[in-house]
Amino acid sequence: MSQEAILLAHGSGGKLTHDLIRDVFVRHLTNPVLDVQDDAAVWALPSSPETRLALSTDSYVVQPIFFPGGDIGKLAVCGTINDLAMVGAKPLHLTAGFILEEGLPLADLERIVASMAQTADQAGVKIVAGDTKVVDRGSADQIFINTAGIGIVLQGVDISGANARPGDVVILNGPIGMHGLAIMSQREGLSFSFPLHSDCAPLNGLVAAMLRADGRIHCLRDPTRGGLATTINELAAQSQVGIKLEETAIPIPESVRAGCELLGLDPLYVANEGKLVAIVPPEAELPLLAAMRSHPYGQEATTIGRVTSAHPGRVVLHTTLGANRILGMLTGAQLPRIC
Amino acid sequence: MKYVDEFRDPQKAHKLLAWIRKRSTRTVRLMEFCGGHTHAIFKFGLRQLLPPTVSLLSGPGCPVCVTASSDLDRVIAIAHLPEVIMATFGDMMRVPGSKGTLQRAKAQGADVRMVYSSLDALSIARANSDRALVFLGIGFETTAPTVAATILQAQAEGLDNFSVLSLHKLTPPATQAILDAGEVKLSGIIGPGHVTTIIGADSWGFLPRDYGLPCAIAGFESLDILKAIYALVDMIERGVPGVSNAYGRAVNAKGNRVALRVMHQVFQTGVAEWRGLGSVPASGLSLRDEYAAFDASRRFPVRVAPSQEPKGCRCGEVLRGIITPPECPLFARVCTPARPIGPCMVSGEGACAAYLQYGEV
Repeated sequence: MSQEAILLAHGSGGKLTHDLIRDVFVRHLTNPVLDVQDDAAVWALPSSPETRLALSTDSYVVQPIFFPGGDIGKLAVCGTINDLAMVGAKPLHLTAGFILEEGLPLADLERIVASMAQTADQAGVKIVAGDTKVVDRGSADQIFINTAGIGIVLQGVDISGANARPGDVVILNGPIGMHGLAIMSQREGLSFSFPLHSDCAPLNGLVAAMLRADGRIHCLRDPTRGGLATTINELAAQSQVGIKLEETAIPIPESVRAGCELLGLDPLYVANEGKLVAIVPPEAELPLLAAMRSHPYGQEATTIGRVTSAHPGRVVLHTTLGANRILGMLTGAQLPRIC
Repeated sequence: MKYVDEFRDPQKAHKLLAWIRKRSTRTVRLMEFCGGHTHAIFKFGLRQLLPPTVSLLSGPGCPVCVTASSDLDRVIAIAHLPEVIMATFGDMMRVPGSKGTLQRAKAQGADVRMVYSSLDALSIARANSDRALVFLGIGFETTAPTVAATILQAQAEGLDNFSVLSLHKLTPPATQAILDAGEVKLSGIIGPGHVTTIIGADSWGFLPRDYGLPCAIAGFESLDILKAIYALVDMIERGVPGVSNAYGRAVNAKGNRVALRVMHQVFQTGVAEWRGLGSVPASGLSLRDEYAAFDASRRFPVRVAPSQEPKGCRCGEVLRGIITPPECPLFARVCTPARPIGPCMVSGEGACAAYLQYGEV
């Protein structure tokens, strides 16, 4: 690292973020639980090895703090719930830490905390501990929130980003790009003729419904920062398999496509906060799609690609014109501070 | 999506591809001037679908890529001045100068802000009357008129803390420079769609007239590009070079007269330094004396040490179409989008970034 400094792009969720995690955090903190590098850490209780716990933490610095479809509080609760759900855990308890900038209107804080309470209630989790710090004006931007959560992994569930196998199918629970575009359009003062609101949602209920329908889920991941393309790349790398996506199968709302055209963005790299990618064996595809489609957060669930033994670690997009090209990871910051 | 989907229709694309395959009997090398075309070609995967007789070569049409290291060093020096807020398009943040990038300057404390338009920069100037807002004017004929209009707006509002560092460049002189150098043999040029919307298709008349080369102006959707390629192949097969406008919904013969008038009112043409091409006469736009108050190069006359090109970087040859990105020894090994050595790996329009990001399989 030497004389290098932290750049905004280190926080974009793309390649620089991954390099930073590998070269600084994992290098210093390495241990078997951390090194798995899934969305949440999972370990068995020494006293009862069949009971496995999951733990995850995430910080939220989004601007603007209120946006169509959500706010920083809802995001902070959903984000950690989703990280737990992505290892197949049932989220139980959350903690919340607040860093407040001097001058933040109390009414704004109340609105955010009320939103957190409502979201936690909806997801069936409790926020059981917290912390508050206030910093000088300018030392933070209105409000930063950290949440951590603990969950329990049911017996027989084995979900990890390393579990994808050739022949598996890749399922997405619905249209992508809404969160990132909602934030961007709010920030840039853009309005579209189509409604555009964040998809921010707790996904633990959907995951529970999926596990009830068919427990043979290999991987789950929520395509947040860096978007779908980055998440699929992570899974390909972690499982050392190739993944081929069908461009025509990926659902992208009209409003997101139009907004992306206008802003010069690729919707495949735009953040989501209520989406998940599931990689499952082919025999589980239909039962899982059926279960997802009967849940409010999975109504538009669809298969978008397949896992292959060709080109391990790489993602290939079969374009609408029938060509194949690499779908790379996000490099640099496409959208700063969106989650 | 209306007005986009009809120009990406896969069935029509395959029909055009069949026409090209049928029409093309001899080997042709076509240069897409514009980096936007390079990216679109890769994104749609067009190169794999074209017959082996048609090869495509990337040109210098990436404004970020052709910005000279010496100019970039000057930009970074100005950004470090304590009173200055530097506003720039996102791509410029990551382009390496002799020492570091604007992104690094920002991490070191320089006030650098990313904007989507020069008008955003004007808003920042209004909101920070105690600071000097410098807008980094990068781009070809497409961008220059809006920047000129922004300067006129600043003048009308009496915004004396607003200025522009103009590194704007003109595309026909650069095309001429490449052809005059004679380093690369071309059969035709895919003309830049957005630029030609401003300057008009007639501006490319010199290609058939002086160089015997056909030119087809293309838009940025798959059908636009295929239509232009068909037009070029057809002109080559017939042996009758001309300028074909395959982007009729945006481009006309004379261009956007209002935009051109505003551009020439504020800017004058002069010699400009291009990365890869060196000094090209009458290829740059600088502010006329009447607008000296808005000229950042006069307001902040910084001195910088002689610039250095990144060691081993062959962006210059990539920009001239002499080598393809994978022929550069740094490509994908040392130089990657995460840690770019040369500008062609940085920009959304850079050829190296396109080759790496969308690499074919």
